[in-house]
Amino acid sequence: MQKLRWKIAGHGLALLATLLLGGLLSATLVRLAPGFDSDERELDPHLNAQSVQALREARRRDDNIFRFYLSYMRRAARGDMGTSVALGQPVRTLLRERIPLTLRLLGTGLALAWVLASTLSLTAAWLRLSIYDTVTTFASATLLCLPAAVLALLSILWNVPGSIAMALIVFPHTYRYARNLLGKAYSRPHIIAARARGLGEARILFWHVVPVAAPQLLALAGVSVSMAIGASIPVEALCGLPGVGQLAWQAALARDLPLLVNITILVTLVTLLANSSADVIGHILRRQES
Amino acid sequence: MDRIIACAVLALMFAVSAAAPWLAPAGYAKQYREAIDEPPSRTHWLGTDEVGRDRFARVLYGTRISLLLAPAAALFSTLMAAIVGGLAGYAGGAWARIAMAVTDLFMSLPWLFLLITVRALMPLNVPPFLSVLVTFLLLGLLGWTTAARVLCASASSLRSADFVRQARASGIRGRRLFWVHVAPNLKPVLYAQFWISIPVFILSEANLGILGLGVSEPMPSWGSLLKELEGLVSVGAEPWKFVPLVLLVVVVTSFQLLLSRQEELPA
Repeated sequence: MQKLRWKIAGHGLALLATLLLGGLLSATLVRLAPGFDSDERELDPHLNAQSVQALREARRRDDNIFRFYLSYMRRAARGDMGTSVALGQPVRTLLRERIPLTLRLLGTGLALAWVLASTLSLTAAWLRLSIYDTVTTFASATLLCLPAAVLALLSILWNVPGSIAMALIVFPHTYRYARNLLGKAYSRPHIIAARARGLGEARILFWHVVPVAAPQLLALAGVSVSMAIGASIPVEALCGLPGVGQLAWQAALARDLPLLVNITILVTLVTLLANSSADVIGHILRRQES
Repeated sequence: MDRIIACAVLALMFAVSAAAPWLAPAGYAKQYREAIDEPPSRTHWLGTDEVGRDRFARVLYGTRISLLLAPAAALFSTLMAAIVGGLAGYAGGAWARIAMAVTDLFMSLPWLFLLITVRALMPLNVPPFLSVLVTFLLLGLLGWTTAARVLCASASSLRSADFVRQARASGIRGRRLFWVHVAPNLKPVLYAQFWISIPVFILSEANLGILGLGVSEPMPSWGSLLKELEGLVSVGAEPWKFVPLVLLVVVVTSFQLLLSRQEELPA
């Protein structure tokens, strides 16, 4: 129990450190971005000289790098992520509008990928037919050789939803590892012993094989979230889905750094959270098994 | 057998793409204004694109760029991984922890996100040749983290290996111990990481190219050539536009086959 607490604390610290480092990094990038020292509000003919001077004074306060970092982090802690240069809207509003679609896409894509990968890898481990193994491995290897953006383009051509493209991007990675993990679990001596004692294949699979491979499969599930988030850029950008991935792509094309760095921090946090959760649950499972 | 086929395919691709100036002397940028978006013909084997450029020439030159620069980027990233991961693993202690914390920070970000974020920091409107260098240098600069982790673990395990302990007991220390006893034993891991990186970088360049963040026009690369698929109405309508994709799949598969053999080699 003590070890688990330490593990959770370690992950919490890592998350906090990433948040702080990411915040500092993003503040630096925003500072270094072209146009940081200029303010187009100064061009407003309605402003008098005093107002322009006040704007300049306010900006001059940011010249001190430490004060700038502090105020940036303070604003970020309040949920003020700045304003998008290209779209002219608060980053927070833009993210709030687009997160639900991305979550739906990730959820559906990941679910489909995992259903396909686990079905194929379980049947491959169960049947142990070389022809079945060859066909499924060939299919996953072919998908692995296709760029994610091409799969997104093909989904448009074949008029299938973006979540299918997402599933086909994630599937080959998950299938390959899941197949190997289950294969290794099947070759363990206690499985041979269980089979020799006449246990049914279904019982062997669900009572003796899956529990052995479960912690590693969970770690793979954490990694697959990261893969899916990465795949959301080409899928959303090319399939015309207005999610966070498309927003990141638009921000990159417009060099909208405040928006891009905030998306990057958000994505990093989600990825770390997914990996940490997988690690902690895997740890609990391993403890129960031992 | 698969390894021989993969080597033969890659050698053929390298040879044909290296012969691009002779096979397509007009170059990749020449426009044939009387033949805009033409289907394949005797003069243009793969037809022309929407601005009248010969697609066959563009595929040849694009293949050359992708095939030469992806291994160069892989070499660069492997060297970086060797320096960061190898030395951190060998030094151990706080150095290893700091190096691996930095590596973890990089790895916590999905690869494509990291690529487009860093690419966006650089100017997008750069001359074509510079865009090629920027794209592949970026891949090399950011793609070292996984390899560094593997190398750190290998170097760390070598540190406590019997032969290294014996060398240390014989008075060999510091740089000599690293270069003579540790580094040569990291070679198999380095080779494997180099081969793993090449297909990853080829695919990443293709993704960046399709998203419009890769090599700039008129310079062709597989990524920019695959961007043409965006305008297709159906798969069967203009199948010749799939030639770059077929070449990419063949090359990546060949590298994967070589890699699977590489993994089987004793470390």
